[in-house]
Amino acid sequence: MKPVRFDYVAARDSAEAVQLLRQHGDEAKCIAGGQSLGPMLNLRLARPSVLVDLHRAEDLRLTEQRSDSIVYGSTQRHAEFEDGLVPDATNGLLRTVASRLAYRAIRNRGTLGGSIAHADPAADWIGVMVGLDATYRLLGADGLREVSSTEFMSAAFMTRLGAGEILCGISVPRLSKAARWGYYRYSRKSSGFSEATGIVVADPERGYCRVVLGALDIPPVALEQVANALAEKGVDEAIACTGEAVNEMLAGYSDAKRQLFTVVVRRALEQIGEKQ
Amino acid sequence: MNKTGIGQRVRRLEDPRLVHGKSRYIGDIKVAGMRDVAFLRSPLAHALIKGVKKPAGYENQVICAEDLNGVRPIRAESTLPSFRNSEQWPLAKEKVRFAGEPIVMCIARNRAEAEDLVELVEVDLEALSPVITPDQAKDNKGDRLHEHWPDNMFLDFTIGKDMPDIRDRADVVVKREYDTGRQVMNPMEGKGVVAWWDSQAEQLIVNTSTQVPHLIRSGLADCLGLSPDLVRVITPEVGGGFGYKCVLQPEEILVAWLAYERRGAFRWLEDRREHLTAGANTREHHYSVTAYADKRGRLLGLDAEVTVNVGAYSVWPFTAGLEAAQAGGNLPGPYAFDHYRCHVMATASNKPPFTPYRGVARPGVCFAMELTIDAIARAVGREAWEVRAENLVPAASMPYQNVTNKQYDSGNYPESLRLAKDAIRFDEVRQRQKTPEPDGRLIGVGFATFTEQSAHGTQVFAQWGLPLVPGYDEARIKLTPDGGVEVAAGIANIGQGIQTTLAQIASEILSIPTDRIRVSLGDTTTTPFSTGAYASRGIVMSGGAVSRAAEGLAERIRTLAAHRLECNASEIRLEDGEIHGPNGTLGFNELAISWYRRPDQLPAGDGNTGLEYTAFYKPRVDTGVFSYATHAVVVSVDPQTGKTELLDYAITEDCGRIVNPMIVDGQAIGGTAQGIGSALYEEVIYDERGQPLNSTLADYHLPGAAEVPHIRVQHMETLSPHTAHGIKGVGEGGAIAPGGAVINAINDALSAMGVEISRIPATADHVLQAIERRKTQKTLTSQHSSEEQQNEARAV
Repeated sequence: MKPVRFDYVAARDSAEAVQLLRQHGDEAKCIAGGQSLGPMLNLRLARPSVLVDLHRAEDLRLTEQRSDSIVYGSTQRHAEFEDGLVPDATNGLLRTVASRLAYRAIRNRGTLGGSIAHADPAADWIGVMVGLDATYRLLGADGLREVSSTEFMSAAFMTRLGAGEILCGISVPRLSKAARWGYYRYSRKSSGFSEATGIVVADPERGYCRVVLGALDIPPVALEQVANALAEKGVDEAIACTGEAVNEMLAGYSDAKRQLFTVVVRRALEQIGEKQ
Repeated sequence: MNKTGIGQRVRRLEDPRLVHGKSRYIGDIKVAGMRDVAFLRSPLAHALIKGVKKPAGYENQVICAEDLNGVRPIRAESTLPSFRNSEQWPLAKEKVRFAGEPIVMCIARNRAEAEDLVELVEVDLEALSPVITPDQAKDNKGDRLHEHWPDNMFLDFTIGKDMPDIRDRADVVVKREYDTGRQVMNPMEGKGVVAWWDSQAEQLIVNTSTQVPHLIRSGLADCLGLSPDLVRVITPEVGGGFGYKCVLQPEEILVAWLAYERRGAFRWLEDRREHLTAGANTREHHYSVTAYADKRGRLLGLDAEVTVNVGAYSVWPFTAGLEAAQAGGNLPGPYAFDHYRCHVMATASNKPPFTPYRGVARPGVCFAMELTIDAIARAVGREAWEVRAENLVPAASMPYQNVTNKQYDSGNYPESLRLAKDAIRFDEVRQRQKTPEPDGRLIGVGFATFTEQSAHGTQVFAQWGLPLVPGYDEARIKLTPDGGVEVAAGIANIGQGIQTTLAQIASEILSIPTDRIRVSLGDTTTTPFSTGAYASRGIVMSGGAVSRAAEGLAERIRTLAAHRLECNASEIRLEDGEIHGPNGTLGFNELAISWYRRPDQLPAGDGNTGLEYTAFYKPRVDTGVFSYATHAVVVSVDPQTGKTELLDYAITEDCGRIVNPMIVDGQAIGGTAQGIGSALYEEVIYDERGQPLNSTLADYHLPGAAEVPHIRVQHMETLSPHTAHGIKGVGEGGAIAPGGAVINAINDALSAMGVEISRIPATADHVLQAIERRKTQKTLTSQHSSEEQQNEARAV
């Protein structure tokens, strides 16, 4: 379990990272916290000949505060969210998600952008960002472009990141003061990957409501019917229609799986109820 | 009072070096010029090897079966009825029989380069149909693993007789099927071996992470065709053995062969992925049990079938038969009943060779038996603990010979159950269950009582007809020139604290404190013979040998001291770290100086009274001494997710005379943590082609600190009549009962829903599926039966 030989380059900033990717083409791969890529290198599942390290690129660690959103640098670490070292656009959702992610040793090194770009369906951020309707900023040789979190992930471990592009920022809309959220992740072990996650974000002032299933084997799934019920009729109605919505959405899955996803969404909705 | 003798809470002598990271494990050993090896392992479970193509220019660094001149296959025969033997070549020859079996060994300057080389080797395999499940093996439809066999059965025999009278007489008949998942042992330190040729000693030096250094020397000598005196096996610090390191492994043979052939230094360190695939070698049992009982739940007879899915080969020296034979022999557990029949089978399959794991068969039989007791209790409508208590061997019957002729030596089994029931506050749990939990969880309480046959010796192993039968353990002890003590024993220190407990036994007899006692273990050149650390035997066998040796040394000390203290030897007492006579006191160091430096102070003699003594020990009765315990656990089950949490855990155990209470607690707690893994989390999943699907620790779930509750241990102390100081073994017990206790508790929690779990691990998925299945059944049935509808209404 030792990696294939590779070269290592630390980029000073995002521009240099893009330049290095261009120089090395398909042979290169970006590394940030290394919490997913490290094991994949050791198992020889990932076999890049050059690793471009992003974690010394200072501009990827900056936070930009805007009136309606906060743009987080992609190599900000899970622990920085957990510890409240970065401003929170979400009334505590980001902090809660970070604090339950794996265990502290992983949170110390793992990064927000690394987790999203890796696109493991069981990872936490990728579903939460869909719940928040975040937007990703991608930097490539042709400049900056933006992709919605709802469109970014195409399949397990597959994204719309182009060749030579890096994920440089994550723009999260600010929730209004009255916004409420619910987040329930089910894992067999306290430090384990989630096996079913329910994410609910309701922000009536902005006319926004979204209910998301995370930790499937496909990209996160939004349950519009449940979101509409929540926005229009309230928590109890939303809970009542969850089972049917999940069954419909996960038609090909086992009874037990559908039951589990129904439960996590209901429990996330119940949190909204409790906060009312 | 001796503050470091038997029964004292002495801090472990091992711990300062271990907790400071200062010790030396196999991976810490550095030898000049050492090369690493990596293995090309079979990607298929069952295939013919049509060809191996070495990369050009690397022929000398790439070794396949044909290159292993002089190497013999591992053959582990048993004389058990119907046993069939296998031959395991250290590198697969002609065919591969499990995914992960080594085919080619590559040598390079470091592991990464050796793995690079592995990728350059081309192996041509022709797939055969794999045998994965016991049923496939029994059907005998797929390809045979071992061509000269008529089928795929390692073992197939029956003990006991049919019981038609009991069948007619029984008020209650309970039939159940049970399964236990295949597991990986996962010691924190994997397997590893470093071997080199020592030109000065003219010896092959094999450092290996093993529980059984003296056995490995015999096994290596056999397989390499060398005289045993050419081989020295040394055990460095071992980071957990659990049985994984008590058998001769192909990689040990291969690295030793390289070192001998090439007169160089070579190393293999198993990585976690190798361990999780090629080491998936234990615990997979299937039971079919029919229990006959009277209307109060008193067991009349047990008719059972046990199948152990052994895997591809018979391991040396414990064979492919031991697990199944143990299961058949131990299934009756701590219970008194008179009629028993068991059809015992061990099936060959395309999985790694089965190796006994902490508890050896008993975690499976305890699970099957304890669930059966609870099922009987439900059938007769009584509390499971009451039915259990009435079936246990009563204290007044001790010593007791059970239905499979096990000699239960001493103890009060029902009392351990009663104490555990009090410790878990059983009545409070029953009270709590009357009110629904606000969050919808269901609460359950469960028990498991078991015996732990420990330190079984010659008579038992000879019955199984193993290639190597344990007999006497040996220990050597010496008073050093400064009045300290050196103890040497051939058993290995595998983290169980044996260095400390052996020192405590020597201290008890000599009155010298343990910080003056140096214990050396596990080296075939510097320590006397022991078959090693397995079967909960160390403290009885090596402990007994050290006890005898210390008594022998004490006698010599008294003889010599009698001259200095001008009295008879019989008048001398060893107390408080000094030698006392009627007319004066002598320090041990003063006596030692007389012997080593001032022999003129002693009378001329023939030297037989020297300050070193070697003793040999096995108990008078060596069929094993039986520790026992009851585990009691309270769980909560979330019926919506299937997730189980352990809320409380209490153990009442009796291992005879306790040498060190902290070490006994540690054994109970550590074993229980592993048993919780078996009960709720751990299983290697195979696909239909025999591919292991969870080959990383992200997929193979071990319990972590958050999954293991605070475990409360209380002790009883009934001495064994057969052993030195009345000691019994206790290394395995913790791992035996959690499967039974936890699942009984889950079934208690789910009883209102009419759901019964009968396999481990009872993962959340499995529990949730059982609940969902039950709901579907109820929906189907309720269309036909109004009575069922009523039941359903009550349950919901």
